[in-house]
Amino acid sequence: MDLLNAIVALLNFVIVPATAYGAQLALGALGVTLIYGILRFSNFAHGDTMAFGTTITILFTWWFQSLGVSLGPLPTALLALPFGIAGAALLMLGTDRVVYRFYRAQKAVPVILVIVSMGVMFVYNGLVRFIIGVDEQRFDDGNRFIISARDFKEMTGLDEGLALKSTQAITLVVAAIAVALLFWFLNKTRTGKSMRAFSDNEDLALLSGINPERVVVVTWLIVAALATVAGTLYGLDKGFKPFVYFQLLLPIFAAAIVGGLGSPLGAIAGGFVIAYSEVMITYAWKKVAGYLLPESLEPDGLAQLLSTDYKFAVSFAILVVVLLFKPTGLFKGQSV
Amino acid sequence: MSGNPYQEDRGNKDASITRPGMGGEIEHRESGPARAAAADSFLVGEAMTGGYGKGPDILHDCTIAVDRGEIAVIVGPNGAGKSTAMKAVFGMLNMRSGRVLLDGEDITALSPQDRVKKGMGFVPQVRNIFPSMTVEENLEMGAFIREDDIRTTMEQVYDLFPILRDKRDQAAGELSGGQRQQVAVGRALMTQPKVLMLDEPTAGVSPIVMDELFDRIIEVARTGIPILMVEQNARQALEIADHGYVLVQGRNAHTGTGKELLADPEVRQSFLGG
Repeated sequence: MDLLNAIVALLNFVIVPATAYGAQLALGALGVTLIYGILRFSNFAHGDTMAFGTTITILFTWWFQSLGVSLGPLPTALLALPFGIAGAALLMLGTDRVVYRFYRAQKAVPVILVIVSMGVMFVYNGLVRFIIGVDEQRFDDGNRFIISARDFKEMTGLDEGLALKSTQAITLVVAAIAVALLFWFLNKTRTGKSMRAFSDNEDLALLSGINPERVVVVTWLIVAALATVAGTLYGLDKGFKPFVYFQLLLPIFAAAIVGGLGSPLGAIAGGFVIAYSEVMITYAWKKVAGYLLPESLEPDGLAQLLSTDYKFAVSFAILVVVLLFKPTGLFKGQSV
Repeated sequence: MSGNPYQEDRGNKDASITRPGMGGEIEHRESGPARAAAADSFLVGEAMTGGYGKGPDILHDCTIAVDRGEIAVIVGPNGAGKSTAMKAVFGMLNMRSGRVLLDGEDITALSPQDRVKKGMGFVPQVRNIFPSMTVEENLEMGAFIREDDIRTTMEQVYDLFPILRDKRDQAAGELSGGQRQQVAVGRALMTQPKVLMLDEPTAGVSPIVMDELFDRIIEVARTGIPILMVEQNARQALEIADHGYVLVQGRNAHTGTGKELLADPEVRQSFLGG
């Protein structure tokens, strides 16, 4: 019984939240890694792209709510998601036309694009705050729980409850669909293959009749979709606050680099590695240890390695270790 | 390097913010019109003068031509402008004077991409495959501009290079040097080009593989595709050539059939080692 309680406690406080967080990071890291692979630079504006897409999604969610449109038990935000994606796509294509295209025509080296993306980041940053403000917004509705902790306790008779929030389940389902679609697109469709070809060898892609401008446009569209989905899922799960999205850039980059920059599979693996480490190291293990260890060995303190305030330190510690011992990341991306 | 501050990358070694390796090198330029023009050969680069970007001229009044069903070979010492001459024919160079004619059309104003659409197949010397994609995907990408069914062409390429059929699902970057060159030539053949241009197809492969590659190239030529080729191994190349061009410092030094050039004492003395 103690063992079961320990497992349930672990699932409830570590595995389930970390899996949902990992899926959100993975979606974000996929966007970063795609831009790195195809446009050759690290896009620092990615966190704020997520924030912008989510902002538009929230505005549409509120509008739908005011009209009384809803998806029943599912959050209305899922209905607004396509509009958020469209909004983010318009912003990205506009930015590309006004900003990035100039540098492409100059054949500017990628490091210049990195700095440019930083400027774009600040613009997006201001834009989002201008539209929706700096405060936290909650926009989840529908059923909050698939299984609540109390129901679980009553069902199983265990002391520990296992809560499964509907947003967590939705995160996993939507992320799985998005990743499956992305891989199908990159590996099976003509346009997807042409993007990989462009990423492999720009000149040869050109000589094969692949239009670089089209590849760039499609890349931005996919990135807009990934970023909005990631941002909306994160917002549904934990609430939307522009500054938090700006900070999310850090674990997202850590995930992309740990997995191997330029490798989509690596981005997913990296997202989960970072999420699990963050949650496990900042979790107070006293409860689980209490069930598993004999009474004499039970820890007096919380058995929490690091306060949650320091969770970003975890991603960076992992980043440093990976860079020291496996610079190409877990999935043979680019050597960093 | 080129005086363009946007291209100054000195000191940036951080691969976590930019992807290492070269991006595209082909300069973007707008395509002009193609005009009808009379020419003696199928593909001619006529009196070409020009160089890279705003740099000095590398080619001086250089003429290269290839006829239907022929193999034409450009040879010459290092730095003679052999590859440059080929790039000029393909439109990757700023030409100050001269013109390029293909199948009775003046294509001087066309961009390289549009020349591919006109039926020119080009195999660069280096970076001529998509390394992370499978052999089959490489061939598919070669046929990107084609809307029709590519299966038969792909079978023809596999018949020509049987080893590629066995390795069709392997990443092209994992193949040996000789096999990569076969992928590169196969990719260019997928557009069903009217003329095939090879830039040192045997660079960096072993002598045995080199012989095999030459055999394959002759086979391609027998199917009726004219081939224009730059070669480092002058003697072997001239042996299979219908036409040879010896370039020295960007100028035509000697021109003739492959046999004539091989027999020419001056050519033997200076380029073939006696």
